[in-house]
Amino acid sequence: MPVSLRDAIEELVRDGDTVALEGFTHLIPHAAGHEVIRQGRRDLTLIRMTPDVVYDQLIGMGCARKLVFSWGGNPGVGSLHRLRDAVEHGWPRRLELEEHSHAGMAAAYAAGAANLPFGTLRGYLGGDLPARTRVASVVCPFTGERLAAVPAHRPDVAIIHAQRGDRRGNVQIWGILGVQKEAVLAAARSLVTVEEIVDELEPKPGAIVLPSWVVDAVAVAPGGAHPSYAHGYYDRDNDFYVGWDEISRDREQFLAWMQRHVLDTADVTEYHSSLAKAGAYA
Amino acid sequence: MTGYTSDEIMAVEGARRMDDGAVCFVGIGLPSRAANLARRTHAPNCVLVYESGTIGAKPDVLPLSIGDGELADTADSVVSVPEMFAYWLQGGRIDIGFLGAAQIDRHGNLNSTVIGDYDHPKVRLPGGGGAPEIATAARGVFVMLRQNPRTFVEQLDFTTSVGDRVQVVVTDLGVLEPRDGELTLVAVHPGVTIDQVQEATGWELRVADGVGQTDPPSDDELSVLRALRTKAAA
Repeated sequence: MPVSLRDAIEELVRDGDTVALEGFTHLIPHAAGHEVIRQGRRDLTLIRMTPDVVYDQLIGMGCARKLVFSWGGNPGVGSLHRLRDAVEHGWPRRLELEEHSHAGMAAAYAAGAANLPFGTLRGYLGGDLPARTRVASVVCPFTGERLAAVPAHRPDVAIIHAQRGDRRGNVQIWGILGVQKEAVLAAARSLVTVEEIVDELEPKPGAIVLPSWVVDAVAVAPGGAHPSYAHGYYDRDNDFYVGWDEISRDREQFLAWMQRHVLDTADVTEYHSSLAKAGAYA
Repeated sequence: MTGYTSDEIMAVEGARRMDDGAVCFVGIGLPSRAANLARRTHAPNCVLVYESGTIGAKPDVLPLSIGDGELADTADSVVSVPEMFAYWLQGGRIDIGFLGAAQIDRHGNLNSTVIGDYDHPKVRLPGGGGAPEIATAARGVFVMLRQNPRTFVEQLDFTTSVGDRVQVVVTDLGVLEPRDGELTLVAVHPGVTIDQVQEATGWELRVADGVGQTDPPSDDELSVLRALRTKAAA
């Protein structure tokens, strides 16, 4: 049964939780991130392979205590200025980092989904990262090969965005699937925002379905991935990502933008009206 | 067409070194430009793999991000990210991995993590992403980055990925290849002198005997490259 996004976040996300918002460039759950910001959640440990604009906003608004990640940039544009400000200057608060490689993060999610304590990979070979993160090595009992071991991701809550759900709460995702299925299955609780609710989930090439009984809440959030995209619904707003570089560079400008388009809006529909009214993204 | 930018000659020189049929793990920016140029010129059968999970992507427009919808629409197959890294990269299916970085040393080790101290960085960079495993699982690594004393350094601030499998480094000044484990200048771009390359390098640069000169981009290469960019701007 679909619920409101406000109720879902209130119910599922608590201060101090470990939260994974996933979506690899595609289907990034921005509307849900905004709702977490509106509700003023604090001390979150945020997990995400590519903490792009959505985590830049959460970090800049002071929601996060720790970030577990593998690539923290604005894709195709450059730096995440709020993430950098938190790491380099502790603004608005100090941010602890646990840094991995993509392969390590993917293995950690897959291990979590499989209810294993750790994931293994042939990775983290050489380089300075192993000394700076949670990685150990295990010896293959059959060949003697030494492999990297990463602790499984077991978030309290996973939040993803999907194209659509049905009235029973099943959700369907297609296009670039990222690590969303693993994040949901690894988590204790899960929330899926969807573009729409339909009577019947018609089969789509390459689509996966997460059955209702692995999802705690489904909330309708049309345009809820913006500025990311929803394959088959709308394109990535590349101009927004380029524009974010300027908006996020300055603390006051960032806060004013968040106030206007997120804190002063009630939901994703108002967020989109607010952006439209502003014309450009300033 | 006579003039060209340094980005263009880098993309062209990267593309020329890709064999037809090569399976390439491509990042955004110059690598994506180089690989798409190769696919549209001498290497129509090369396979573009983007880490977002798209295998055999054939974009008409250059994507801004590695997960643009265009890549999924034109791909032979779209797989999840755990599958991409476990089955396809770690599985040994990738011939060429493209990497960029903020710093490189004489052994081809790369830094894309921090400038300064890790705990108190002067500049926090995005981090390794796919690089640590691309650098050790792809058969060969192509590096593309601009050459100056800030990028070509004696000592990396942080080693994000190791240089063991680097086959070539294409810069805005020329081309370097490893010889006995040390990057060696093998060619300069038209109009660039060896002294200029040395000045842009933070260590005493090894220079190959009979260092060559790269061919300037041909009209055909430039027009294909610019068409890809024009579409991207549209």
